Amino acid sequence: MFVRSLNKLASPRYFYILAGRLVPWIGVVCVVLVLIGLYWGLVIAPADYQQGDSYRIIFIHVPSAWMSLFIYMVMAVCSAIGLIWHIKLAEVVAISSAPIGASFTFLALATGSLWGKPMWGTWWVWDARLTSELLLLFLYFGVIALYNAIEDKRVASRAAGILAIVGVVNIPIIHYSVQWWNTLHQGPTVTKFDTPSIDISMLIPLLIMAVAFKLYYVVLVLMRSRREMLLRERNTKWVQDLVEVQ
Amino acid sequence: MLLALRRRAEIVNPLLFFVLVTTLFPLGIGDNPSVLKIAGPGVIWVAALLSALLCLDGMFRSDFEDGSLEQLMLSPHPVSLLVIAKITGHWLVTGLPLLIVAPLLGILLSLPGKAIGVLLVTLLLGTPVLSLIGAVGVALTVGLRRGGIILSLLVLPLYVPVLIFASTAVDAAAAGIAVTAQLYMLGAILVLAFSLAPLATAASLRISLS
Repeated sequence: MFVRSLNKLASPRYFYILAGRLVPWIGVVCVVLVLIGLYWGLVIAPADYQQGDSYRIIFIHVPSAWMSLFIYMVMAVCSAIGLIWHIKLAEVVAISSAPIGASFTFLALATGSLWGKPMWGTWWVWDARLTSELLLLFLYFGVIALYNAIEDKRVASRAAGILAIVGVVNIPIIHYSVQWWNTLHQGPTVTKFDTPSIDISMLIPLLIMAVAFKLYYVVLVLMRSRREMLLRERNTKWVQDLVEVQ
Repeated sequence: MLLALRRRAEIVNPLLFFVLVTTLFPLGIGDNPSVLKIAGPGVIWVAALLSALLCLDGMFRSDFEDGSLEQLMLSPHPVSLLVIAKITGHWLVTGLPLLIVAPLLGILLSLPGKAIGVLLVTLLLGTPVLSLIGAVGVALTVGLRRGGIILSLLVLPLYVPVLIFASTAVDAAAAGIAVTAQLYMLGAILVLAFSLAPLATAASLRISLS
């Protein structure tokens, strides 16, 4: 029963219809959460005793940094599923995630450098986390470039999938090697195992923003996957039917 | 391997490239020995990385063009084993010669003698990793017409840990600090790459040839 419904869900046609229905709803929730999170973060939350008001960029910076890693993991897991079970949907989701992940990585780098200017007095330092984030951006670019370079899209997504998995093995190594090399970045304030060292009045809007970013990603990936799915399946019957109905 | 040995230019060119890039740096940043001593390990390693990258493309290219790669795929032996053989051959032709010229470059960049010894060890441990990781990239791009640029985009970020551990090891040796930690890390990376990269390469080759 469960397997059957899963199979049905993974079929291109069913996914296309379901995703089309879900997108507006998730989109609305996402917009509401962004508004709440931004208002809470920018207006209600108190100013930091050390960094003043300029810490408020955390509400963009940290969620996008989380997303940059999260999306890479999603991409790698989907690639693995696609490679092992040859599920089209997984391949499509993986490859649709890559540009979104690259954008989040870029956003994290850009906001980080805007934050770094008043705090550290410089736009860019060769610091561990900054460097590994930059390398993550290059890994994303590699996946996108490889995918675009291969004509046959099924082959392309499998090749890009292998690259994504190789990247996942390397990310921890890169991260720790770079960390060992140099660090200036402030330590983690939320994910420590004891109580977070961030104040609860700042933590709540941060988490709201994180959920909002996640939903935003879901909306984007569904939209991109629908488009990609239509492109790939353009010669099948269900797409032809769809066009005729409209 | 034998074929590569017969075409001497393919061995000599990357070596010349390695030496040339290294000589460009003193010309670019000035001939102050103290500056060179600081920049030296990094410069040599970046040059080694680039020359390794330069000759990666040849690893499967000619086999792909004359179809013997497909024959390898069809053979009864596991593809990953054959891939290990290919990579080893490639490393013997492209990685090993770097070790021979590296001491010379170390002297040119006024590295102390102890640091040159460590430089050799890092090259010995590091260049096979470059070949192994590079093999995955080459296998993914072998069917493409303009694979070169994409290959460097795929492979260079993955080379970063090797670069970091190797050049900090040489730095530390030049400063007279113990370097065993870095060397162990390099060794660990080598073992990891040796066990995983052939599998990934074999899978990539299958995709590229499908």
